[in-house]
Amino acid sequence: MTKTMYEKIWDAHLVYEPESGSPLLFVDRHLMHEVTSPQAFEGLKLQSRSIRNRHSILGTIDHCVPTVDRTNIVDVIAKKQVDTMAANCATHNINLYGLDSKNNGVIHIVVPEHGFVHPGMVVCCGDSHTATHGAFGALAFGIGTSEVEHILATQTLQQTKAKTMLVKVEGKLSEFATAKDVALAIIAVTGTAGGTGYVMEFAGDTITDLSMEARMTLCNMAIEAGARAGLVAPDQKTYDYLEGKDFAPKGDDWDAAVAYWKTMVSDQDAKFDATITLRAEDIAPQVSWGTSPEQVVAVDGVVPAPSDFTNEVKAQACVNALKYMDLKAGQKMTDINIDIVFIGSCTNGRIEDFRAAAKLLKGKKVAAGVQAIAVPGSFPVKLQAENEGLDKIFIDAGWEWRDPGCSMCLAMNGDELKDGQRCASTSNRNFEGRQGKGGRTHLVSPAMAAAASVAGHFVDIRDLK
Amino acid sequence: MQPYTKHTSIAALMDRSNVDTDQIIPKNFMKKVERTGFGIHLFHNWRFLADNVTPNPDFELNKPAFQGAKILVAGENFGCGSSREHAPWAIADYGFNTIISTSFADIFFSNCFKNSILPIKVSEDQLAALMAEIAANEGVQFTVDLEAQKVTTPGGIEINFVVDAFRKESLLDGLDDIAWTLKHEDKITAFEEKQKQTLPWLWK
Repeated sequence: MTKTMYEKIWDAHLVYEPESGSPLLFVDRHLMHEVTSPQAFEGLKLQSRSIRNRHSILGTIDHCVPTVDRTNIVDVIAKKQVDTMAANCATHNINLYGLDSKNNGVIHIVVPEHGFVHPGMVVCCGDSHTATHGAFGALAFGIGTSEVEHILATQTLQQTKAKTMLVKVEGKLSEFATAKDVALAIIAVTGTAGGTGYVMEFAGDTITDLSMEARMTLCNMAIEAGARAGLVAPDQKTYDYLEGKDFAPKGDDWDAAVAYWKTMVSDQDAKFDATITLRAEDIAPQVSWGTSPEQVVAVDGVVPAPSDFTNEVKAQACVNALKYMDLKAGQKMTDINIDIVFIGSCTNGRIEDFRAAAKLLKGKKVAAGVQAIAVPGSFPVKLQAENEGLDKIFIDAGWEWRDPGCSMCLAMNGDELKDGQRCASTSNRNFEGRQGKGGRTHLVSPAMAAAASVAGHFVDIRDLK
Repeated sequence: MQPYTKHTSIAALMDRSNVDTDQIIPKNFMKKVERTGFGIHLFHNWRFLADNVTPNPDFELNKPAFQGAKILVAGENFGCGSSREHAPWAIADYGFNTIISTSFADIFFSNCFKNSILPIKVSEDQLAALMAEIAANEGVQFTVDLEAQKVTTPGGIEINFVVDAFRKESLLDGLDDIAWTLKHEDKITAFEEKQKQTLPWLWK
């Protein structure tokens, strides 16, 4: 019988399938940050349980970290959370890239940088954007804190098997459309609940043409389509990316690992429960207009009207979003002025993202009244950018060049929008208040964000020549 | 965990779709290292006016008729977005133990069961009927019987819902998931030993 990649990974990790109850799935890698782990450690302690395999864990501190002066966390509750993470990792001898580590950064940026996730693995983290690691052909998904505790104690999860969805993208992307635009275009089709209950596999020549970093951006957003995880089949690009990294197999192990990874892809005629197909040529640079990632249009489009939706629920959601976002139906996206621009996050905080933005910023200046913030996803990304002179391009253009962290993606660290401010953001969620109470978020790619910072409003980057 | 027992309680109406976990518990309240005390922050940005203290009179859960509600009836795709378990912690701490909707986001759905909350999936027509009954009679009490997998209302609605047998049992008994899994520790050890042989580089 033929199998999908998801089914192969599932079968390879099935520890026990009871007659009644959830199957137990083995977890190879457990990623951790300060926000969703403290209660799990506390729970273990209360039950006098121990950690089954500390080597399976890699931790970082990212959500609450100031991006200007990380030595000074003024919020005492945040400080306690950060200190608790450091203390828990020290107590249990867990590998932590803490605040003073040169490897510190956003968990989903840091983990691939060190080759901690390999194809065919099961990877979990108390963070929905764990989906990012599907770019390596690993089954990677977000969990709650009770499940963090469950993995710490048992190295397994009680899981129900998901359905499979093939998302096929074929054709050549224009030089102005990125993985971010592909992700948003897919969500525009599926909606934020379209992937619920599914694991998505992204395939087609558009996907295989994407770099590893671009695949990470795409898989990162799978959760915004409601999918439990996103997957891309590993190929030569995957192996080249991993080879030589800290946690990659070495020597004879490397050859054995690659041989194994090559088997962990969907069989040619594997059956999926659902399939959707997109043409790359149809994907223009995207801008979200509403308060859900599915409320998105091409940059040359207009803000939709409630009457554009036949579905009553979506029409009502449009009414609510227009009110919150202070937009009018029919308004051109390129006429929307912005106050803040943010480039960063686990979606778009990698070196290629800063290169793409710098290309548009070189020799330009940020528009009057606009604040623009660049937050590299990790110290290695920051260092690499500085070695390439990208920091100078950003700074000369009037951008703030900050230290790494989740920053304004979810605004836990003090970097946040004020009531009514409008932001062009390379992050992943435009929910109400996500970037600060009353703040208005428009999701875009790094190049689109850079262009908006210069113009003071959204720009169709295809027109810039 | 608190066992889930049959109850008759006020059902509050939240006629909104895609209620995300950022709304359920905004991020500024996720810095605590405890599991408790999140209820006062539930739906903070909707629930309070700009001064962050005064209850917003336009927010549905602030209606006098919905005070003390244990059942939340809401629109589709409830709990989407962030995986934060702070969301079900806040919901449970506020006093809800049942959420009825047409659909739930995956991670949130599974987080509910870890916190003695029963998420009930119903059809669009059933949801519309439940919502209509609340709208017509705010403060109405519904009965939820997990044992019989049934929701009944004074208006005569009777819904038989589906729930995974294992999760049902865990809720009814207030069982600890980890204790259940550890009963199968020998199988986990056997799996690990086999993986050490077949994929040795994972263990170096």
